Amino acid sequence: MTRTITFKLNGRPRVVEVEDNETLLEVLRNKLGELSVKAACYKGECGLCTVLFNGRPVKSCMVLAVEADGGDVVTAAGIASNGELVPVQKSFIEHGAFQCGFCTPAFVVASHYFLQKNPNPTREEVKEFLSGILCRCTGYKQIVDAILDAAKYYRK
Amino acid sequence: MSSSQFKIIGRPVPPPDLYEKVTGTAQYTFDMDFPGLLHAKLVTSREPHAKIKSIDFSKALQVPGVVAVATGKDFPYRLGIYVGDRDILAIDKALWVGHPVAAIVADNIRAAEKAIDLVEVEYDPLPPVFDPEEAVKPGAPILHPDLAKYTISPAFKPVPGTNIANLFRLTKGKGEAALDSADVVIERNFRIPFTTHAYMETWSTIAHYKVTGDIEIWTSSQSPYAPRYLTAMSLGIPVGKIKIRIPYVGGGFGGKAGILNEPLVAMLSKKAGYKPVKLVMTRAEQMKSMPIVAGYRAKAKMGFSKDGRIVAYSVRFLFDGGAFADYAVNVARTAGYACTGVYDMPNAYCESITAYTNKVPTTAIRGFGYPENHWVLERMMDIGAKELGISPLEIRSKNFLRMGDPTSTTGYGTPMRADQGDLPGVMKTSAELIEWDKEPEQPKEPWKIRAKGIAVSLKGPSQPPNAVDAAVIKFNEDASVDVLVATGNYGQGTVNALRMLVAEYFDLPLDKVHLTWMNSTEWNPYTWQTVGSRSLFTVGSALLDACEDAKRQILDVASKVLKVKPEELAIADGKVYVKGEPWMSIPLSEIVMGYTFPNGQVYGGPIIGKGKHYPAVLSYLDPDTGQALPINAETGHGEPGHVTVFYTFGSTAVEIELDLLTGEVKVLKATQVYDLGRVINPLTATGQAIGGLVMGMGRALYEEIVFDDTGGVANPNFSFYYIPRAKDAPDDIRVKFLETPQANGPFGARGFSENVMIAIIPAIANAIQRGTGVEITELPMTHERVWRAIKEQRPDLIEKAMKALKEWKG
Repeated sequence: MTRTITFKLNGRPRVVEVEDNETLLEVLRNKLGELSVKAACYKGECGLCTVLFNGRPVKSCMVLAVEADGGDVVTAAGIASNGELVPVQKSFIEHGAFQCGFCTPAFVVASHYFLQKNPNPTREEVKEFLSGILCRCTGYKQIVDAILDAAKYYRK
Repeated sequence: MSSSQFKIIGRPVPPPDLYEKVTGTAQYTFDMDFPGLLHAKLVTSREPHAKIKSIDFSKALQVPGVVAVATGKDFPYRLGIYVGDRDILAIDKALWVGHPVAAIVADNIRAAEKAIDLVEVEYDPLPPVFDPEEAVKPGAPILHPDLAKYTISPAFKPVPGTNIANLFRLTKGKGEAALDSADVVIERNFRIPFTTHAYMETWSTIAHYKVTGDIEIWTSSQSPYAPRYLTAMSLGIPVGKIKIRIPYVGGGFGGKAGILNEPLVAMLSKKAGYKPVKLVMTRAEQMKSMPIVAGYRAKAKMGFSKDGRIVAYSVRFLFDGGAFADYAVNVARTAGYACTGVYDMPNAYCESITAYTNKVPTTAIRGFGYPENHWVLERMMDIGAKELGISPLEIRSKNFLRMGDPTSTTGYGTPMRADQGDLPGVMKTSAELIEWDKEPEQPKEPWKIRAKGIAVSLKGPSQPPNAVDAAVIKFNEDASVDVLVATGNYGQGTVNALRMLVAEYFDLPLDKVHLTWMNSTEWNPYTWQTVGSRSLFTVGSALLDACEDAKRQILDVASKVLKVKPEELAIADGKVYVKGEPWMSIPLSEIVMGYTFPNGQVYGGPIIGKGKHYPAVLSYLDPDTGQALPINAETGHGEPGHVTVFYTFGSTAVEIELDLLTGEVKVLKATQVYDLGRVINPLTATGQAIGGLVMGMGRALYEEIVFDDTGGVANPNFSFYYIPRAKDAPDDIRVKFLETPQANGPFGARGFSENVMIAIIPAIANAIQRGTGVEITELPMTHERVWRAIKEQRPDLIEKAMKALKEWKG
């Protein structure tokens, strides 16, 4: 069955017709062209489709699109305002915290959320938080360094 | 770290693709869409080995949205880079559980997904063979009865009538017979399982076969020319009719080298009425149906003199290539020819067989035979050290290749040169960084122990002699430069480093050197492939040749204007000036489109530099002797050729913590030391060293493809195929680069992005052995495998640890 849902995507209202068994990931990528949301497994294992849903990070492949009705979704493409990168994005660049870049949007959106919640994290807390998102290129160290380095901007 | 003689080289320069990547605007083939784009899905075999009797699409065709269907009979082509054994859909026989046997094209992905479940395939089962040792025995079921008819690259030797996809043998000195004259001979068996690359972007390809016969392809390949050539050859289409475009690529690690699904998608586009078609693998399809990484069994013998010199070495690798080994034959061959590693061995025999079995096919992998070869060699060195009672550093130092020593791997009689790198220095630095002489501080839990281990590696590109490269630079009106190179950018940092070479050469600011994000055969000149850590060296050499070509043209124009000889001119700060008289100058921007004299007359024209690199020192290895064929007398006085254009030396040392009760191994500290010749960009070089270390830890500790009773992949997902996560990566990684300039490298540089995952694997096992005396010779070193090895070899340690735990709990 199909139904029409309305939700906010990166601050703008969107109306879209979805199937009952369609995931938020599928709708974001295939129907709304929100291609900053990547996917490497479609079953909740890789974390690459992480978005903020009603202010909390979720794997969008694990959310049915109908659940997003009336909700608020923010992706990596939606956290910078007027082209001004948020501190964690700048820090990823400085630290060379990515290689192929396919997982980067997920790490960026998740760590931006994380630092807002916990601007004084320990290294272990960062690593624990990130362990649900896979990266095959970087070995994670520069990602963790980038997040710890960016934390100071979230403390202000 | 880097010499101050340079302005750009040696600076930590973030790659220019960063903004697009952190904002999620970078586009990958996976993301691309076109008006009217159709979607394909594959029907795969449920039989490991069977004749295909019939394929019935009648129900599938009823699904609304289905546009076209295809079977292997529609496209009866064979392809591959070295041994052309692959089909694009099973032609008449299915060779493994997961073998694509049919394809559906639909106007939406959901329709295609629904339709593949409704295709009815009838099979006539044949006896399968899953074990490589069984597969090479006489009487085994033969997977490729037409092997003799396949297109084979000259350096390879399949054995028709058997399941041997390639047979490579190398003999040095008296070979294995010399083991008899050794004082101590050690003999061990080794195993590596199948693994997978686990790049995050799965194989994604879009093809548009046009009514004109031109084919446009967008694909997540490592570089564009190899898939174009192989597609053209396999389909019998002129190469120039095919255009391959590569946007950003989500990782490769060798698994996107050679050819992906380009020929299949191109033919599906034609079959679907000349409409563009997209095929993206799911993770499960990627791991069950597309080529992954070969495993092996190996038997090694090493003979030492009493004082620890290697007298003779023999190793026999039996690689399990799965059902197609088109690219993996060269991984196995490379493990064979590089068998002696960094050591001077007077006598050696190395054999490497690639066997066909009814399992998922295999292909190239980061490291390409060297992680495989070093797993045996670097373990044998530590086992030898233990048997002889000398230290791991001493046994290595005693046997290192020294300047002038002939190597088995650079071809007979090709001596080591001083500019190839500081091999003893690499190990010494690695040992210093891990504080080798200091006993590790033991953890407070008495059932855990800490220990240190070390390994040394070498790696060179395993490229054929005809792996040639070109580069073009175009000056723009504002004296900025467009760099045109076809080598791929999937995160390695190479194209950024190439941009830095050009900026350094012309003394331009980095923002005046531009790269194209979309790599295409249409505008970027030929490069053989982006593989083997070769591009900085080979494409970099071509690019500097292009810079010289452009410089000649610029100085020619400037000499006409400034009325001095070209050799008296130099370029800096956006100007051409007279050496010693810098006030005599012209801005580059007034030259690069031709100089306009006061009377309006123009001299020169647009400056475009072209350059090339070809590895004149390489020749084929004779597959029976492992010897490089002589180079033409015209260029090399008939001396033997080389097998690789450079070698890079590396060393990894680790401090691990081992839980004796669970077998869990944690890497607490690790070193990554490489002699890079010249560090072009320390930021991205460090990124490679760290990323490769953790990828190597995955292969060492966690990763293993598991097969079920039908030979099918039982763990095609990230839950049961575990790759390292943030919590597994060590915090304390000590990276250091030595710089012994390579005489013929661009600014002295060598490549290294595969070497970074070689030494870590044996280093961990060597640490376990030093801490416990327990020998591990099989990968991965999972908790269970390590615990079982301790239980078998040192049960006393477990008993002691149990006792300590009880006392601890008190």
